[in-house]
Amino acid sequence: MKTGKMMTSKTMTNKAKTRAAAMVLVLLHGIIVFGGFIAPGEPASQNRDFPFVPPTRLHFVDAQGHFHLRPFVYQSVSRPEGLYEYEESRDQEYPIHLFVEGPKYKIAGLFLSSIHLFGVEAPAQIFLAGSDNYGRDQFSRILYGGRISLGAGLLATGISLSLGLLLGTISGFYGRWVDESVMRIAELFLVLPWLYLLLAVRAFLPLHISPVQTFFLLIAVIGSVGWARPARLVRGVVLSARTRKYVLASRGFGASDSYVLRRHVLPHTYGVLLTQAALLVPQYVIAEVTLSFLGLGLSEPLPSWGNLLANLQQYNVLVSYWWMFAPAMALVVFSLGYLALADAFHKRLQSVTV
Amino acid sequence: MNYLTRRLIHGIMLLIGASILCFLFADFAPGSFFDEIKLNPQISPETVAALRSRYGLDQPMPVRYVRWAKSVFRGEWGYSFAYNAPVRSLLAVRAGNTLLLTGVATFLAWLIAVPWGIWIAAHPGRGIDRLSMGSTSVLLSVPELVLALGLLYLVVRTHALPVGGMVSLRFDQLGRWSKIRDLATHLVIPVTTLVLANLPIILRHVRSSMMEVLKAPFIQAARGHGISKASLLFHYALPAAANPLISLFGFSMGGLLSGSLLVEVVTGWPGLGPLLLEATMSRDLYVVVGVVMSSTLFMILGNLLADAMLLAADPRVRMQ
Repeated sequence: MKTGKMMTSKTMTNKAKTRAAAMVLVLLHGIIVFGGFIAPGEPASQNRDFPFVPPTRLHFVDAQGHFHLRPFVYQSVSRPEGLYEYEESRDQEYPIHLFVEGPKYKIAGLFLSSIHLFGVEAPAQIFLAGSDNYGRDQFSRILYGGRISLGAGLLATGISLSLGLLLGTISGFYGRWVDESVMRIAELFLVLPWLYLLLAVRAFLPLHISPVQTFFLLIAVIGSVGWARPARLVRGVVLSARTRKYVLASRGFGASDSYVLRRHVLPHTYGVLLTQAALLVPQYVIAEVTLSFLGLGLSEPLPSWGNLLANLQQYNVLVSYWWMFAPAMALVVFSLGYLALADAFHKRLQSVTV
Repeated sequence: MNYLTRRLIHGIMLLIGASILCFLFADFAPGSFFDEIKLNPQISPETVAALRSRYGLDQPMPVRYVRWAKSVFRGEWGYSFAYNAPVRSLLAVRAGNTLLLTGVATFLAWLIAVPWGIWIAAHPGRGIDRLSMGSTSVLLSVPELVLALGLLYLVVRTHALPVGGMVSLRFDQLGRWSKIRDLATHLVIPVTTLVLANLPIILRHVRSSMMEVLKAPFIQAARGHGISKASLLFHYALPAAANPLISLFGFSMGGLLSGSLLVEVVTGWPGLGPLLLEATMSRDLYVVVGVVMSSTLFMILGNLLADAMLLAADPRVRMQ
């Protein structure tokens, strides 16, 4: 009685955890999808008079000590004596307005719009995460870069899982020499350290190609390198499902291979696939970030979290401009969300199978 | 056949397979090192063709593979186009440096994780356990790249340690002990990054496999006999929990090597990582193959070591 009660309360919390992690992830992805609306500026528009401006501070209390309900910012002006040093000119407050007109963008990549979530009147600027060496707004670049980094991660995961599902199913369902050869190749892919493998595959592909080609090339490389682990897991599930009594029974009724697979075997693999997806997406986002950081992925002016972080390779940027770490924060937040989800999926899978 | 011999043969087969895989990838490649040279108007197409045939690039894949395999047996590991030297001379030093870094990091990570994991497994649900689990789950989602950059930032701001490279410029003039100290201070950042990145995984595995064992009846019996807690944990539970941990040791080599590649590039440690990156940029085919093969070799050696330890630790494996 007591253990039963404990079990239900535990599974309930796990369910709540899954839901919470999923909600947070939906919210985070929503922010990226509607990045154009949320970003106050364009990712590529440069402002060469304002390189390396620190994050704009939001104020509620003005110089006279009056409290404002609507937060405001001061204009950043460069200090005459120092290079790349700024101070706030306290002469005039620029209140932050919601739903302001700004540069044109497409809502979720579909409808043209020029309404932005927030903004301030010129000449003041708002750099929530500071500006980079060309005076571009980092916050906008992180949002737009998220589309590329997350897009790459999600698509590459799709490729890995499809390959893994296909090869794992074939291997587990048909067995014998097919199984043997597929698993030997999988072992090869698993024994190579993934980053070395990734770099090696990248090494043999052309370096100087258009950004769009690079994007899809990267996805293909990252996705096809990681098929082995999902394939192994799927194989295991298929192998055990294949010999269940109800499968044998349906065979006895004359069910075809494709019917047995569709109806009885593949549904067992969904749990494994979901868990793998939640694990692979952050891994692949990091893979894209890593390659772009190393200069083998997407290059400027397209923003991706990797090439945003690549700024930190310069010693003076690393030392002086801490806000250039902002893309790393975005990366960590997404990884946390996905890992929490993977953890919850994993627990659910265990509670189902045990 | 003996268990270890079987594992050894398996490892060698994997190495051969990995090298064939490398050559297959290279065969798909649309360009080569000499494409850049072709663009140079001062070098005639005939010269490029002569260079290509000298390095055997005009031959079909199987022929090139056999040539490469022969050169491996001669101890050359192919020829670097960019350095114009046998690959092994480039690899030897770099591989040693990577091995030093990953070796120290692995040792420290396990040294910290095993007692810590045992301790929190013995006190599940307490404050220290929750704190460890919470902090490791945050640490798990911080990629090595970010860890390395963050540590570098801290060190650069505080001037606490030397940054970049493996030794100071005046290394040759130092005495023996100062040399070791100099190397050690340069090791701190890369090793700390790798330990922080790998500790969470090891700690969690130690905790879960220890908790599993601590539930077993024989532990209850031992406890009933009044055996001291330290002896109970280390002499009774740990050997029983060791098997999955030894396997993890083998598996974790891959992650460690990949992490090490990044950390080396970021902190300027002259290991295999920067060499591979450089070779990737200049499409120095045999250097890429050589680096990938050495990393695979490390990985397989790590697995073999794990197999040997498993053999020593588990009588059931010996019976097979």
